[in-house]
Amino acid sequence: MKVKITIDDKIYEVDQETNLLEACLSLEMDLPYFCWHPELGSVAACRQCAIIKYKDDDDEKGKLVMACLEPVKEGMRISLQAPQAHDFRAHNIEALMINHPHDCPVCDEGGECHLQDMTVMTGHNYRRYRFNKRTHTNQYLGPFINHEMNRCIQCYRCTRFYNDYAGGKDFDVFASHDSVYFGRHEPGILENEFSGNLVEVCPTGVFTDKTFKKHFTRKWDLSNGPSICHNCSLGCNIIAGERYGSLRRIRSRYNGDVNGYFICDRGRFGYEYVNSENRICIPLKIENGESSPMPREQAVREISEITSGAKKLIGIGSPKASLESNFLLRQWVGSENFYAGIPANEGKLIRQVIKILKKGTVRTPSLSEVKGYDAVFILGEDVTNTAPMLALYLRQAAKNQPGEVAKDLKIPDWNDAATRVVVQNATGSVYIATFHATKLDEIATQSYYAHPDNIARLAYEVMAEIEGNFKDETKVEAMDNANQPLSSSIAKAMLAAKKPLIVAGTSLYSEAIVQSAAAVANALKEKGKDPGLVYVVPEVNSIGLSMLSEQFLEDAFDKTDSADATIILENDLYQRKDKSSIDAFLKYQKNIISLHYLENTTTHQANYVLPVGTFAEADGTVVSNEGRAQRFYKAHQPDNDIRSSWEWIQEIMMDKWGSASFDEIVSSMVREFPELERVQDAAPSAEFREETQKIPRETHRYSGRTAEDADKNVSEPKPPEDRNSALSYTMEGFTGVPPSAITPFYWTPGWNSVQAINKYQIEVGGELLGGNPGIRLFEPKETTDLDFSDHIPLQFSPKQDEYCGLPLYHIYGSDELSAQSPAVKERVPEAYIALNDDDALKNDIREDDMIEVSVNGEKKRFAVKLHKGISPGILGLPKGLTETAGTEFPFTATIKLISHE
Amino acid sequence: MFSIIRSLWLTFLHMFHKRVTIEYPEEKAPLPPRWRGRIILSRDPDGMERCVGCYLCAAACPVDCIALQATEDENGRRYPEFFRINFSRCIFCGYCEDACPTYAIQLIPDFEMGEYDRQNLVYEKEDLLIAGQGKYHGYNYYREAGVDVGVKGKGEGENEDKPVDVRTLMP
Ligand code: SF4
Ligand code: SF4
Ligand code: SF4
Ligand code: SF4
Ligand code: FES
Repeated sequence: MKVKITIDDKIYEVDQETNLLEACLSLEMDLPYFCWHPELGSVAACRQCAIIKYKDDDDEKGKLVMACLEPVKEGMRISLQAPQAHDFRAHNIEALMINHPHDCPVCDEGGECHLQDMTVMTGHNYRRYRFNKRTHTNQYLGPFINHEMNRCIQCYRCTRFYNDYAGGKDFDVFASHDSVYFGRHEPGILENEFSGNLVEVCPTGVFTDKTFKKHFTRKWDLSNGPSICHNCSLGCNIIAGERYGSLRRIRSRYNGDVNGYFICDRGRFGYEYVNSENRICIPLKIENGESSPMPREQAVREISEITSGAKKLIGIGSPKASLESNFLLRQWVGSENFYAGIPANEGKLIRQVIKILKKGTVRTPSLSEVKGYDAVFILGEDVTNTAPMLALYLRQAAKNQPGEVAKDLKIPDWNDAATRVVVQNATGSVYIATFHATKLDEIATQSYYAHPDNIARLAYEVMAEIEGNFKDETKVEAMDNANQPLSSSIAKAMLAAKKPLIVAGTSLYSEAIVQSAAAVANALKEKGKDPGLVYVVPEVNSIGLSMLSEQFLEDAFDKTDSADATIILENDLYQRKDKSSIDAFLKYQKNIISLHYLENTTTHQANYVLPVGTFAEADGTVVSNEGRAQRFYKAHQPDNDIRSSWEWIQEIMMDKWGSASFDEIVSSMVREFPELERVQDAAPSAEFREETQKIPRETHRYSGRTAEDADKNVSEPKPPEDRNSALSYTMEGFTGVPPSAITPFYWTPGWNSVQAINKYQIEVGGELLGGNPGIRLFEPKETTDLDFSDHIPLQFSPKQDEYCGLPLYHIYGSDELSAQSPAVKERVPEAYIALNDDDALKNDIREDDMIEVSVNGEKKRFAVKLHKGISPGILGLPKGLTETAGTEFPFTATIKLISHE
Repeated sequence: MFSIIRSLWLTFLHMFHKRVTIEYPEEKAPLPPRWRGRIILSRDPDGMERCVGCYLCAAACPVDCIALQATEDENGRRYPEFFRINFSRCIFCGYCEDACPTYAIQLIPDFEMGEYDRQNLVYEKEDLLIAGQGKYHGYNYYREAGVDVGVKGKGEGENEDKPVDVRTLMP
């Protein structure tokens, strides 16, 4: 609700639910602050946001208060400009700066430092304090984060984010008075999956990005692409920054619907593969195992010669490639010859998910909405590792039930200090059913470890409990209510909640889990609840790809005889299926054309390899797990032959697509796939202009334009033109706030740090001006004809000497591309096989023993880990590591002890 | 009429004035030390590169003719991996020197940089870095800063207390 308040003798309308700091910032006023964060709330630790609050209209003197802790009240009168308030703020900064080192020139925060900004804002510009500075030693914090404790101003944001918000356990504040220290109990790797956000949360240079430090560039010198993280299916919004042709860093791009202020460490630090030595930068022709570079024109000519006269082509798409690239490949080879480059079991499951998204009645919340649910039931998904940011927001959801107590005490949401006193570490109803212990278990009311079939059976029991009984009596027999009393307590918790959330996914390749999750959600809906249903899918564009094709890898393998050329798009097939079947397929292909970023086993088998852009050098649209179509843009135009896959295809099919712009390709795609119609609205068209100008990718302070290429040629080249988007590759253009989908960086006068985001939002912490970017393709239906309880699986019981192999996911390692980034690589585990304690005992196997696993006659050796909570009869094998790439799950295996450790 | 004669007379008188023009290049012009000419990169009193790769000079440059890339040695000491000035663009305004927090970049009294080929006006770090401290003596940024990059340990700087022991129970 809006109320009127008087600020410095002017009347303003502000939101009643906020505090005065938020209200002032939403009014675009420059009130300095440090400890308050829109997502973390207020604790009033820094004393920077002081203002004068007057009792009534006659009060002349007023009282100095902290704006961040003062709720908005109808008719109140305050002053920001009153000399006492102004002086207090200036002196406060001066005090905070007493111990601040003389580091700015070598501090990576410099130029985008909130402390610098606030110091300038308050006018403190000369050091008067003549005494010694206190100093701190630093800690090694792992490959991601650099520590420089001297720069700390004791705002406590770091521990509030790391410990309270992200659930970190290995970080804290130590010592007392002016010596407080923020770090670990001893040097070591920061374990939390969200540690990278400290870089943006800390208003100073204490925590900085260690990968960025190695090729440091100031914020003002980067060329930025508004982009989408390609490392999992959630589609977090990111800013990719380039300088001198290499990708320098990833920052979170605020999207109030999706990732909000944060991203995970895989997203932030998993970018370095883009600069890898294995990067393919020029077209290659491979003959008799010899690969030789070739000029672009020649490659295009030779490939068009092969393919234009061809009777039949095969096209293999990719969930890592954009809709546009996949679509153009499909147009090139013909729809009947286009195959989604994923195994059929995965593809069919994703199509199931799409069907449920399309036809179901339950809402699939956007990522950020997840924070608003108050009871959670997770089915089969190890969320922290398969969809990290979802885990972060599930942790917030778990705080909602205990938070009710604070609400009853009339403590506003933003008052973090008070809320935490009330809530302590309590969590609401969170039930997790997985086949092994997961990190989120620490917030779970109860965890249940079982085979996916049994997880689904538990879900169906919960459904039955919710419905009172099975609607369809014939199905009752299938159930034995083996999971009482767990199933009834889950059902009770879901029914007691205001907004229960069901989380499932495709990670265990179980149709039963996908179906049963929808069954529970549906039952809740029919009981008049307002449930949510989230499915996690494997990759960034899994949903988009599976909307374009219902043929999968195996279908391509079945009919290989007569193809003249096989085009493989941004896909290393050896990651997808076992080596023998890929070998067998590729052996019979006459001409293999691979479009990829990095050299890999597939490109080594190809006859032609075309260098294509990763997310940083390509334009396109991807569809996230919620069905949100989001556009990503090049951070820069490489000066070599690297370009988007669809641009290559366009060049090869010159006569047909040569003149088409990006927007025209999207329109043709939409004509063919009406379901994708709204993809057109995901971002402004290439013709869009703001005040007749393009949006520059570079800041207005970009430096070195007349020198960066002067070593090659002293006459500066003309900057490349971007005909595919409303962005330009220069520093000239519109300088205000551009449309949210094409915002390349945050900067407003006086606000050089990320905190400038405040000025890009309608209200601080809320929606971006012009709406949050991305378009949801699916909304829930009123009624549905889907039946989710068709196939209740049989109870799984472990067999003698035969094991069921299931995938274990690792945030660092299970994604093939991010795992090739040096910093992430340091965190990738060695391959291992996980076993249940009893199963190990039975076979006389101990931790670290070497065992041989045979899958369909193929034998592999792994060291054993006794994994907590893994269910009997199940083997867990890490997914996607170099040693395990291509393993298809679930598999049936036998094991043999090779040697004791 | 009168003014023309007066001008002629004044011009004639100049023949007897002391000459200001000099026989350049045989004779060199005396330039004041703060004359803004050719740019150099200086070293600190320890003989190490002063430039810490902070990019401030590049940002200050109105014609954007400075490009560099910062890197670090094994101690974490930051210095420029490359440092390029395109003198064919430089307007010798001295903003880079003003912006430099370490006294590394300095304009010196030398303007004899003429080249037949414009490309030769692109100077790299090898061409810019001199052996001494240039105009400003004695300053060593890494002795003043808080970072430990092999120049001084934490708390060993002049206005610094010994590092805090976080485990002490003393107030
Ligand atoms: S934290 Fe900010 S003010 Fe402090 S040294 Fe770094 S850039 Fe300078
Ligand atoms: S380390 Fe950064 S976030 Fe933490 S208290 Fe210090 S200044 Fe604040
Ligand atoms: S959660 Fe997924 S999409 Fe988001 S930053 Fe992490 S890897 Fe990227
Ligand atoms: S301003 Fe000085 S220290 Fe900074 S990059 Fe330029 S020369 Fe180096
Ligand atoms: S922001 Fe209000 S006291 Fe820190």
